[in-house]
Amino acid sequence: MAGFPILSVMLLVPLVAGLLCLFVEAKAARTLALVATLVDFVLGVLLWANFDIGGAQWQFVEKVPLFAGFQWALGIDGIALMLIMLSVFLMPICILASASIQKRVGEYMAAFLLMETLMIGVFAAQDLYLFYIFFEAGLIPMYLIIGIWGGDNRIYASYKFFLYTLLGSVLMLIAMLWMVHEAGTTDIPTLMAYDFPVAAQTWLFLAFFASFAVKMPMWPVHTWLPDAHVQAPTAGSVILAGVLLKMGGYGFIRFSLPMFPEASAQFVWLIWGLSMAAVVITSLIALVQHDMKKLIAYSSVAHMAIVTVGLFAFNTQGLEGAMVVMLSHGLVSAALFLCVGVIYDRLHTREIDRYGGLSINMPKYALFFMLFTMASVGLPGTSGFVGEFLSLAGIYKASSVVAAVSATGIILGAAYMLYLYRRVAFGDQKNADAAAMPDLSLREWLMLGPIAAAVLWMGVYPESFLAPMRADIAALDARLSRAAPAGDAHLKMGEPKPAAGHADHAGHTEEAAAEGEAH
Amino acid sequence: MSSILIIVFGPLLAAIVAGLGNRMIGNVPAKVVTTGALFLSCALSWPIFLSYIAGTAEPTVTPVLQWVHSGSLTFDWALRVDTLTAIMLVVVTSVSALVHLYSWGYMDEDPDQPRFFAYLSLFTFAMLMLVTADNLVQMFFGWEGVGLASYLLIGFWFKKPSACAAAIKAFVVNRVGDLGFMLGIFGTYLVFQTTSIPEILAAAPGMAGSTIGFLGHRFDTMTILCLLLFIGAMGKSAQLGLHTWLPDAMEGPTPVSALIHAATMVTAGVFMVCRLSPMFQTSDTAMMVVTYVGAATCFFAATIGTTQWDIKRVIAYSTCSQLGYMFFAAGVGAYGAAMFHLFTHAFFKALLFLGAGSVIHAMHHEQDMRYYGALRKKIPLTFWVMMAGTLAITGVGVMGVFGFAGFYSKDAIIEAAFASGTEHGQLAFALGVFAALLTSFYSWRLMFLTFWGKPRWADSEHIQHAVHGHHESPDEETSHDDAHAHHAHGDGTAGYHPHESPWVMLVPLVVLAVGAVFAGYAFTHAFISDEGFWKGAIFYNEHLMHAMHQVPLWVKLAPAAVMLTGLLIAWFAYIKDTSIPAKFVAQFGALHAFLYNKWYFDELYDFLFVRPAFWLGRVFWQKGDVGLIDRFGPNGAAWAVAQGSRYAQKVQSGYLYSYALVMLLGLVAAVSWVMVR
Repeated sequence: MAGFPILSVMLLVPLVAGLLCLFVEAKAARTLALVATLVDFVLGVLLWANFDIGGAQWQFVEKVPLFAGFQWALGIDGIALMLIMLSVFLMPICILASASIQKRVGEYMAAFLLMETLMIGVFAAQDLYLFYIFFEAGLIPMYLIIGIWGGDNRIYASYKFFLYTLLGSVLMLIAMLWMVHEAGTTDIPTLMAYDFPVAAQTWLFLAFFASFAVKMPMWPVHTWLPDAHVQAPTAGSVILAGVLLKMGGYGFIRFSLPMFPEASAQFVWLIWGLSMAAVVITSLIALVQHDMKKLIAYSSVAHMAIVTVGLFAFNTQGLEGAMVVMLSHGLVSAALFLCVGVIYDRLHTREIDRYGGLSINMPKYALFFMLFTMASVGLPGTSGFVGEFLSLAGIYKASSVVAAVSATGIILGAAYMLYLYRRVAFGDQKNADAAAMPDLSLREWLMLGPIAAAVLWMGVYPESFLAPMRADIAALDARLSRAAPAGDAHLKMGEPKPAAGHADHAGHTEEAAAEGEAH
Repeated sequence: MSSILIIVFGPLLAAIVAGLGNRMIGNVPAKVVTTGALFLSCALSWPIFLSYIAGTAEPTVTPVLQWVHSGSLTFDWALRVDTLTAIMLVVVTSVSALVHLYSWGYMDEDPDQPRFFAYLSLFTFAMLMLVTADNLVQMFFGWEGVGLASYLLIGFWFKKPSACAAAIKAFVVNRVGDLGFMLGIFGTYLVFQTTSIPEILAAAPGMAGSTIGFLGHRFDTMTILCLLLFIGAMGKSAQLGLHTWLPDAMEGPTPVSALIHAATMVTAGVFMVCRLSPMFQTSDTAMMVVTYVGAATCFFAATIGTTQWDIKRVIAYSTCSQLGYMFFAAGVGAYGAAMFHLFTHAFFKALLFLGAGSVIHAMHHEQDMRYYGALRKKIPLTFWVMMAGTLAITGVGVMGVFGFAGFYSKDAIIEAAFASGTEHGQLAFALGVFAALLTSFYSWRLMFLTFWGKPRWADSEHIQHAVHGHHESPDEETSHDDAHAHHAHGDGTAGYHPHESPWVMLVPLVVLAVGAVFAGYAFTHAFISDEGFWKGAIFYNEHLMHAMHQVPLWVKLAPAAVMLTGLLIAWFAYIKDTSIPAKFVAQFGALHAFLYNKWYFDELYDFLFVRPAFWLGRVFWQKGDVGLIDRFGPNGAAWAVAQGSRYAQKVQSGYLYSYALVMLLGLVAAVSWVMVR
């Protein structure tokens, strides 16, 4: 692969195809989009296959100076590789899921292909400004997708989405300008090793946080997400949940943590607090939803909170767990939105109570839906478990309180997902039109089957996904070690004696601690 | 190739074939594949078990696949076989194989058979993964896997709202326990830097006396770890507080109740405590809690069992109670006795459930014992195997001669509790003996109501339906038989004729009956007093085993005495003078209502957790997200901008005089500012 600018090609293919889509008729646009995304997927597979695990941290590097220190700099590490794989894997599925789109098909496909270029660009950019451009430009196609091809209340949703995300980004741009001025470079790998003054880190961190927290989204700046999901077309929801939300997590792991380790440690309780609030509050909200997409959107907020607690656990398990949750949630929530899309296409409603008993007339659909439901609640053997387990194991080291509160998500998650499943797939058939819906078509099989396989693969043998990221996580872990919180376990060895329980006497606390120290 | 791989993964493959093949391959192939795989697993498991009995086997670990490697947190897929696993292997595969076979008959009319058999095999796979786990995380995999299978099987008849509700309840309540289990794994990893069970057990004694911070307080390390893990065990084994899902789980088909909710899955908690016994042994506090919880459950569930009318619910509460016995046995350190009771209980409780299934099958899906009666002659084989099961659970036997299965295992537990010499052991002994009285009472009550007395079938809707439907069917001769059915049968039978079940259901019953009769007699030595049998798989308390043989004679006779008392009370109340129960209810109405309504746990939890959760969800949504965040956030901002521009609009009126006025005012302000400065 030496010398072949594969990343630039991966950016170029969908861009060119997208431009062409604007000038051809609907049917040709669909085919063109599918071919282009498949080509990008194949390129992605080549990228993964040629990625040298244990080799250089940054691979497939391309650098072309443009003007005023600004350069076309691309390159990936294992973390970026995995997120790029997620993007190129989901894109062809999105195109397949867009069969019900009938108006302005060419423009629609163009928007999606542009989206793909920008997503890959975000993960591959090695120049700070280049990253910013990709990061912010990603708003535009999504804004259009929701605003043009969305549901009844699409204008409100698209503005809300745009304003929320833009607000954070402005602050991030100011911080970036200052950083470049201070460090004298726009090179991301250099900046990741640059030690900013601790005092400056504080507000730099907050500026970046404003942007990433909205993207994530963290509670309480999450309210754009349910509206955006509800109004977006199925494929829009898939990309939004599957990839766009991951940009927030990617931002934290690429910028906030390595560039501002001290500030990250300083604000750790802010992040933990918001994450705990998100797990409990949004899970409870998900429990009372009547709209399928809204329910899954709220569950996304809860799952993303597990990502933030994992990231801010400051240890290997937490970081790796957070990455796996991101990948897993990218697959599972995408699949769940596709599952909603499948029945929405048939009945044109997201109202949960209009369905029921789908196991009877759509058994294959019910099977897929069950698998993804279980992956969403983190059943071992699915991808959801590996990520959740590692994240929570990581945060437990840092704080057992945060771990215990965040872990209540596994109870609440089971409650709202199974309650959803029961209302949709179990029970008797209530409505004749829902009972008459046919089972999955071949096209729908092709959408859900590959995701199901990936979910199980990641659950049973996650090594494939962990291995490329291992060195990068280790490097980040090493950089964070100076700021990592000590944790609240403080294991103290006592003298070997029959374990008399101080367990139920909180008053003995100091005594026991003093005893431990004495020995 | 090791046989353990076939034992464990055979059922998985069968489940995949039957589940994905489903209607494509049809009923019979699906049934043949799954049942065949289970009988193969069973056939391969017994030699392993017998080699441990013979003392010729050594523990093995068969690696399968790497799983997760994250820093120092590593765990792989591997299959561990030692004495404890070998016991569970024969229990799980034998009962599962027999239940598969039984289901050929029981589920014969169900339109969805491949799905049912796929779930059964999937369950067996998950259970086998649980018992062969070499690390805590794989155990958790099996743990949640059986939870999934249980959820799917409870909700198998998913058209029934009650079945769906029971399925969700089972999963969610178990998740509460799993939360504890998960935190326990994290804590264990934090302390020992590993999740490998043998390594943890080896290092556990060294941690005695150490302390650790948890949720802002300091605790004894081993106590807090054991208690967290034990919360998981309480969920899966339906112990007091987390038991509410088990009775509701009876919504599933009866073979499921026998396999999952009696013989295997619900014993996983006991298995876990025994597997980690060297760990629990390091914390007296944890042991005490296990004893109290077990003793309380064994008593509490037995009291409820005495009042229920649904035959399956009686047996479900009986299971809950028997699990309590196993736990307090473990709590006093008699892990061998706990495992022995698990072993014998699997046979006789599966037998009782499948027997009850046979009765239900004969009575056209009627489960209420008030509509049974006089079935002894109608379904004699079912009667006799149920009798064997009842003799086994009530622990009938003559010391030194022969006893049914429960005689050996339950008496060993009661003696161990007494012999432990601790305060909580004494309490467990007292509650255990009292629960044995209740056990005897409710078991004989079930038998008497079902098989003795006069037929009371006529009032049953199911029987009515059967008779009615029967006569309306076109191949019947004339319609005047209908009237005949209603009026001519004043004997309470409504003209219904119960039929004995087909042979596919009877064969498993007979095999299990053999187990219920002989399992105790055959294996008591190995389980209770042979340290060589265990080979270190559990913590073997030699001192306690010795003390068990020294208990006073009255302790040894107490179970037999209460058993006879219970039998006598049941006989008086349900055979001699059948008006006694009604009189009792009239006299002690409040007590009866309290027991009949299951100590009001469901109502309490509904009030404490379910309603508040939904209420909070609505508040956070409507008041929080919509009323607060959106109102003052994006919508508020939009409103402010709109308002602001409206004011700005007003200022730009286009009238020269207002501009002049503003200019003048500005000039005045500027000049006065300069002057004042």
